[in-house]
Amino acid sequence: MADFSLWVIVSNLLLAARWTIALSLIAFVCGGVVGLLLLFARISGVRLLERFVFLYVEFFQGTPLLMQMFMLFFGVALFGVEISPWMAASLALTLWTSAFLTEIWRGCVKSVPLGQWDAADSLGFNFVDLMRYVILPQALRISVPPTVGFLVQVVKGTALASIIGFVELTRAGTMINNATFRPFLVYTIVGLIYFALCFPLSLLAKSLERRLNAAR
Amino acid sequence: MPLVSIVDVRKSFGSNEVLKGVSLPVERGDVVAIVGRSGSGKSTLLRCINGLESHDSGTITVDGLEVGGAATDMRVLRRQVGMIFQQFNLFPHLTALGNVMLAPRIVLKMGEREARDIALDMLAKVGLADKRDNYPSQLSGGQQQRVAIARALAMRPMALLCDEITSALDPELINEVLRVVETLASEGMTLMLVTHEMRFARDVGTKLVFMHQGRVHEEGPPKALFAAPQTLELQQFIGASRA
Amino acid sequence: MIYKLQFADLLPYWDVLVRGLAFTILLTLASTLSGVAVGTLGASARTFGPQWLSRLVGAYVELIRNTPFLVQLFFVYFGLPAAGLKLTETQAAFIAMTINLGAYSTEIIRAGIEATPKGVIEAGVSLAMTRLQVLRHVVLKPAFEKVWPALASQIIIVMLGSSVVSQISAEDLTYAANFIQSRNFRAFESYFVVALAYLMLAILARAILRALGSRLFPKA
Ligand SMILES: Nc1ncnc2c1ncn2[C@@H]1O[C@H](COP(=O)(O)OP(=O)(O)O)[C@@H](O)[C@H]1O
Ligand SMILES: [Mg+2]
Repeated sequence: MADFSLWVIVSNLLLAARWTIALSLIAFVCGGVVGLLLLFARISGVRLLERFVFLYVEFFQGTPLLMQMFMLFFGVALFGVEISPWMAASLALTLWTSAFLTEIWRGCVKSVPLGQWDAADSLGFNFVDLMRYVILPQALRISVPPTVGFLVQVVKGTALASIIGFVELTRAGTMINNATFRPFLVYTIVGLIYFALCFPLSLLAKSLERRLNAAR
Repeated sequence: MPLVSIVDVRKSFGSNEVLKGVSLPVERGDVVAIVGRSGSGKSTLLRCINGLESHDSGTITVDGLEVGGAATDMRVLRRQVGMIFQQFNLFPHLTALGNVMLAPRIVLKMGEREARDIALDMLAKVGLADKRDNYPSQLSGGQQQRVAIARALAMRPMALLCDEITSALDPELINEVLRVVETLASEGMTLMLVTHEMRFARDVGTKLVFMHQGRVHEEGPPKALFAAPQTLELQQFIGASRA
Repeated sequence: MIYKLQFADLLPYWDVLVRGLAFTILLTLASTLSGVAVGTLGASARTFGPQWLSRLVGAYVELIRNTPFLVQLFFVYFGLPAAGLKLTETQAAFIAMTINLGAYSTEIIRAGIEATPKGVIEAGVSLAMTRLQVLRHVVLKPAFEKVWPALASQIIIVMLGSSVVSQISAEDLTYAANFIQSRNFRAFESYFVVALAYLMLAILARAILRALGSRLFPKA
């Protein structure tokens, strides 16, 4: 027990936290891209597409992220493809993130006053131009605070990757605990590292939101 | 002994002295109309009487109970004085009847039946028996204010404090509220009302108090004061409100 | 290679599934009640309490909202016994969920409390109500009405998040899936069926909470 000085514990956890950050970034960036595509589908006016995205969102928001990870991990294997925990976690987090971001952004798009849609419509804009020049620039501004806020959920969501065996911060905490038998200390440090990652994002989201509200 | 006695009351917000030694006796049955420019301390004076604000020095007593006194249970005192606000301040989640019944139920510990009977009486008194199941959001401003009066009356207070109770109303709704107040006055209710309705102050008031810069600048019988104001400030004030 | 899904292999384990389902429902129910109670106290203390208490509650809220539930669960289950507090899996799961929902609902209910106009509170005070009566009858009821939808969503999020209590061997719905797939080797089918069960629970919970809302806060 004495072999594991506090510093050894902390430095190992910090090293593992790099994977938490990497996984968060991948999920956020990829989830953002997929989310944007889904958003377009959701407001495209094409019934079938809209219906699909609705069900997609319903499914990913209505089931546990852990189940989604398990299903991906074991589901892909059914096709005879070996998938690493890292891949499974990235994929599951991407899909999960995209569902939430689509829904958040849809709210932002919907809050662009209807008059703007009509005005642009009467100017003969097609869908792409309407989105590009009228709706998205406005929706973008209001979407920043909740998007940053959701990044906190993504960082916390990556902890579930530990359950399918990917070694990130939480998993490293469990492994170090198994070696040191100092759960109180280890999980306190793990929690504090997550806090150090998430709290600045929460503060940023809050201050962005305040600034946006003040600007209106 | 006056029902409400105010003696040399001072009150500051930070370095801003808002009441600079106000003295005023209010007898049972008095209808005291308090007028004065915005910022002269009228609201603060009323709010000190039921302890919504605490005064810094001087004494206020209501029916012998000293406001803020060590021996005074402020909740006993507040049962004696009802307050009606400019913004009505009805409880938005309760119906008109619910608004009127709540305090009798939980403060006076009345039974459901008794509280309900009293509440219905009071709603009838302000002419709103048929609106008892409406929520505040479904009532006009004048109706909301009358519910607020019924709510205060249901506590059977000895005096009512009214702070510009018609100022937030559309002109055509003012009279329905003033009529209720007039009825209360004629029944002998002790009233202290801050108002901008000069004619109402003159016709219904038994005493006019003109507040100016945190002091009672002039007081007396309303009709006499309106006819012949003694100070330049009251002259100007009356002149401005006629215009 | 084409794999044929074999849902029939789950049938022998239906009782395991039902027990897991019941556990998840009861755990959610219990921690919803206690979590919302904690949130009500927390929000009241945060808005009306003395400054030190308000700060303390604020720190609790931020600490919980900015760490994963899984880590909170491990801390309660593994960490607290090391500090002298022994807990069963079920107790640990219940406590962790209460703490978690407590923090979120503190923040949600606080928003509702702060939307109460000052004048309405003064009306309550003027009617000789005690501070506690004002809080209960004048402030909290409309506050709950206002934030009910947000509270309902959070309850559902916490219910779905509870699937990780299987990690400390609490025998919930996810635990049932883990158990079944370890016996019949139908991992995907097991998790798929259980995921659908969660989805049904979420939809059902949403409907029940909405109905409860319109029952609790009737309004024309
Ligand atoms: N809660 C408060 N904090 C600081 N200043 C206040 C407060 N309430 C009133 N004041 C100040 O006290 C003065 C008198 O206000 P008030 O009694 O409301 O006047 P009136 O009702 O005659 O218009 C004003 O200058 C006002 O700005
Ligand atoms: Mg005023």
